[in-house]
Formats: sequence, structure tokens, C-alpha cells
Amino acid sequence: MKILVCISKSPDTTSKVAFTDGNTKFDENGVQYIVNPYDEWYALVRALEIKEAGGGQVTIVTVGAAADEAVIRKALAIGADEAVRIDADPKDAYFTAIQIAEYAKSNGFDLILTGKETINYNGSQVGGMIAEALDLPFISLAEKLDVNGSSLTLEREIAGGVQVVEVATPAVVSCAKGMAEQRIPNMRGIMAARTKPLTVVAPVAVEDLTSYVSYTMPNAKSAVKMINPENMDELVELLHNEAKVI
Amino acid sequence: MILVYINSTNGLSKSALETVTYGKKLGADVTVVTNGGANADLLSTLGEYGASKVIVDRSVDGEDAQQLTRLIASVAQTVGATTVVFSHDLIGKAVAPRLSVRLKAGLVAGAISTPEADGTIKVNVFSGKAMGAVKVNSASRIISLLPNSIQPEKTGAECSVEETSGQGGAAAIKVISTKKPEGEIPLPEAELVVSAGRGLKGPENWGMIEDMAKLLGAATACSRPVADIGWRPHHEHVGQTGVAIRPNLYIAVGISGAIQHLAGVNGSKVIVVINTDPEAPFFKAADYGIVGDAFEVVPRLNEAIKKFKAAQH
Repeated sequence: MKILVCISKSPDTTSKVAFTDGNTKFDENGVQYIVNPYDEWYALVRALEIKEAGGGQVTIVTVGAAADEAVIRKALAIGADEAVRIDADPKDAYFTAIQIAEYAKSNGFDLILTGKETINYNGSQVGGMIAEALDLPFISLAEKLDVNGSSLTLEREIAGGVQVVEVATPAVVSCAKGMAEQRIPNMRGIMAARTKPLTVVAPVAVEDLTSYVSYTMPNAKSAVKMINPENMDELVELLHNEAKVI
Repeated sequence: MILVYINSTNGLSKSALETVTYGKKLGADVTVVTNGGANADLLSTLGEYGASKVIVDRSVDGEDAQQLTRLIASVAQTVGATTVVFSHDLIGKAVAPRLSVRLKAGLVAGAISTPEADGTIKVNVFSGKAMGAVKVNSASRIISLLPNSIQPEKTGAECSVEETSGQGGAAAIKVISTKKPEGEIPLPEAELVVSAGRGLKGPENWGMIEDMAKLLGAATACSRPVADIGWRPHHEHVGQTGVAIRPNLYIAVGISGAIQHLAGVNGSKVIVVINTDPEAPFFKAADYGIVGDAFEVVPRLNEAIKKFKAAQH
């Protein structure tokens, strides 16, 4: 089975969030980039498990600059066979998805995996957009994925429960918690990653459907009101009369 | 023309009413498109929230995003929609991106308010640690509204309901089974959430948390370590890598408040933190704090809620 895993970089989860250039750009000063956790822990690791069980090939693809290659090597160290970098600034989800769909179109993948969302833009958009651009079924927020020949069995989250569904390949799946467990790359993987193929592909022209104009920080919270642990009637009274939430 | 998609399979949810209300705030002429089995009488009440007309396709069950996308795109074309509004829920996250590509319309995913004077729309970014203003450059736009961002408002009277069929084509996804725990409130839609973490020391101690949730009519949630060690199911995990929620009230018991946890709950309107450690970082993000032993404070709080609820009736 030929599997394509879409990888995005994201700031380390402990990064301080700040903006520069009149609040129009994310301040990258001192920020450590990692592979977006959903892409790495769930999509990539599950792809590797499927390959280990039934054979095949795992390709990772990212849209980004040469500086993102450290993040790509990390994904290769975990075990992907090869990497593709589409050489462009991932301006928005539509731009990113169309670039990946164009690459996928000419390379015949059976399965395309994404994480459920990135932890910086949280849009949950790219997977569905790739699926539409390729006219493929899309199963979002899958928590389990099994391959039986050319058919996929998936467990996915639905409002207030879970559902088991079946779909024929090729298909696009976005992966959520439960899909796989995080893998720490070993020394052999890290060494091997240095020589694995990394192809750079030129982007196609795509119109700008959206743009981020500016950023703002949320209003600072007013100081916490401490309540005597003996007096829970007071808390209930405050939640009712002051906060008006019960 | 504004087109609003809602899922009415399980009746009209609060987020569906929010979405129609949002549509009405964007323009006078709002058409609602929906699928599933809700009866016409119920659907006609969407007029009260601003719909001029409801179009329903009962042959589409909503389980296949591709089929649903074809239906909505076809209706959008028929009514000449320039804006399509979704709820940023499980279906919206699967369908809105597809529709964006199909219609070449820019998508604002997870909008938290109506457009600003300059036309930009605010969304949460960096897992709620900041907000971004998004501008749509295309002629038509798609907006998915984060649940619990605005309140449903009644502005009109019942509207007409029109049946349609066959616009979605065939479904490629086959549903094998569906499991829905009875009587539980789905987390992303809950207005009140009671959550607990490692401070509870073991899964057998969750009874008092479930009691509190029942008393308040709240959903239950948990921190990541608790889901990872299997004390609670994964779907209850709120935080950066779990579910992001924005209820009116979030009560956190025995959760220290790591930055990754805060990222999933900092959209909550009011936060109550109960923790034995006065230095727990969560107190900095809280509105009300109680330093004390959960095993004493929570039963006391449950009694206080019981008393309050009894006085209300």
C-alpha cells in the first residue's frame, strides 16, 4: 500500500505566543519547531504500522521552506521511507491543500493521511480540501484505521459517540487520538534519516482565497477570587448572581 | 444570499440555532439547507431564528462528507449563495473545507464573531492563546462558526419547508455500527463542564464528579494524563491534543493547569479551580479558586448545589 502522510511544522507546545510587525506576523524568536503532534503521533505512526504489517511505502509531504528540513528529517527518523518538500510558503489551508493534491495526483497513493488539525492554526481544513481536490472520500477524526485489501475500516468520532465505517481506497483520512502511540526515533533511525531521499518540488500557481490580516492576544484575566473551602454556598451564590452561569 | 447548513438528524441543537442566528446577522435573506429526518413542523421553527426558507433532503444521512458537499454545493448554486455558514463541529470540519475547494470560496474556519467593520472575521489561533483576523479574498465565502460563540436569537416567525432529493448523489462511506452512550451530554456542545485530573488519585473516585455533573446538568471531562492511563475515556480529554471546549462554566478538580491543558479550555467564560496546591498554575487562569482537598470540597460543593437547586424550584 502506498501511503502519503501530510506533515506540518508547528511551534513546540510550550512556546510563548507573541507577534511582531504591528501584530501581523508570528514572532519566531526563540521558537522551537516540531512536527505537528497530530501529524506525527497519529498519522505518521499509524502509516508505519500499516506498512510494517502489510508492506508498502510511506512518503511524507510538507509545504515549506528549506529551513523546515530539520522537521522533515525528524519524521524520516521515525521511519518514513522518503520525503517530499513543496517549496513554498504555506499561505493558507487552500494553498497548502492544492499543492499536496497536485503532487498526489501524479503519484497514485492508496491512502492519504493528515493529523486532525495543526496546533497553531487549528483549522482542520487541509484533509477535507485535499479530498475534494482529488474527488476522494474523506473520513475525518478517525480514532482507528484498519486495512483489509482495498477496503478501510475506521472508527471515527461522531457527536456524542463513535461510529465504525467502511470505505474503499483510495481515500483521505484525518487522524485523531487513539489511532497510534507516539514513537521516539532511535539512533539508527536518526542516522538513516540523513540519507533517505528528500525531493524538492516546485509549487503550482494557486489563488489566495484567504489571508491573516492581524493577530491579537486575548484580554488578560482579572485576578482570581479565592473562596474559603469551608464555604461552598458562597461559590454557588457567586456562580449564580455574579458570574450568572448557573 | 446567505445559505446556512445545519444537521437536524437528532433534532435542532443549540449550535444549529446559533448558526441560523449568525446567518441572519450577515444578511436579510437566509436559506437553511439540512438533511436527515427532522419533521417539517420542527424545521419550520427555524424561521423564528431568521430563516426565510428551509430546504431538506431526507435521502442524505450526513455520514458521507462528499455526498453532503455535493448537496450543499448544488443548493448554493440554485439559491445563488454568496456566503455559506456551518457550525465548526464534526460535520462542519469535514464538509466546509470540501465545499471551499468545490466553490473556490475562502473558508474562515472556527469564527468566533460576526465580521468586523473592515470585513475580517476573528478566529482562535495557537490553540486559543491568540486570535487572528481573517480576510476572504474570493467572491464568495464560507464561514464555520465555533459553537457557543453567539446566543440564538428569535427574530421572526415560522417559515416554509421545501423537500428535495437526489442532489447529493451516492454515498461512498458505509456505516457499520454507531455507538452513542445514553444520557451523556456531548462535550463540545456542553454549556457546563465538570473536569478532573490526577488529583483524584484513581478512577474509582469519579463518582462525586459524576454526581456534580448530574446536579448541574453538565458534561464530564478530564485531563490528558487521566485519559492516557485509562482512568477515563479518550473522548473526555480536553486540552491542546484533545477536545477544545468553550463552555460557560468549567470546573477543574485536581488539575494543575499545564499550558497544554489551558489551551483546550481557555475559551471558557468562567473557570473554577479546586486544587490542594496553592501554587498550581491553573489558579492564574481561574475566575474562582478554592485551595483544598477535593475529597472534602467536592462533596461540600455538591451539597451546596443541591440546596441551591431545591431553592430554585
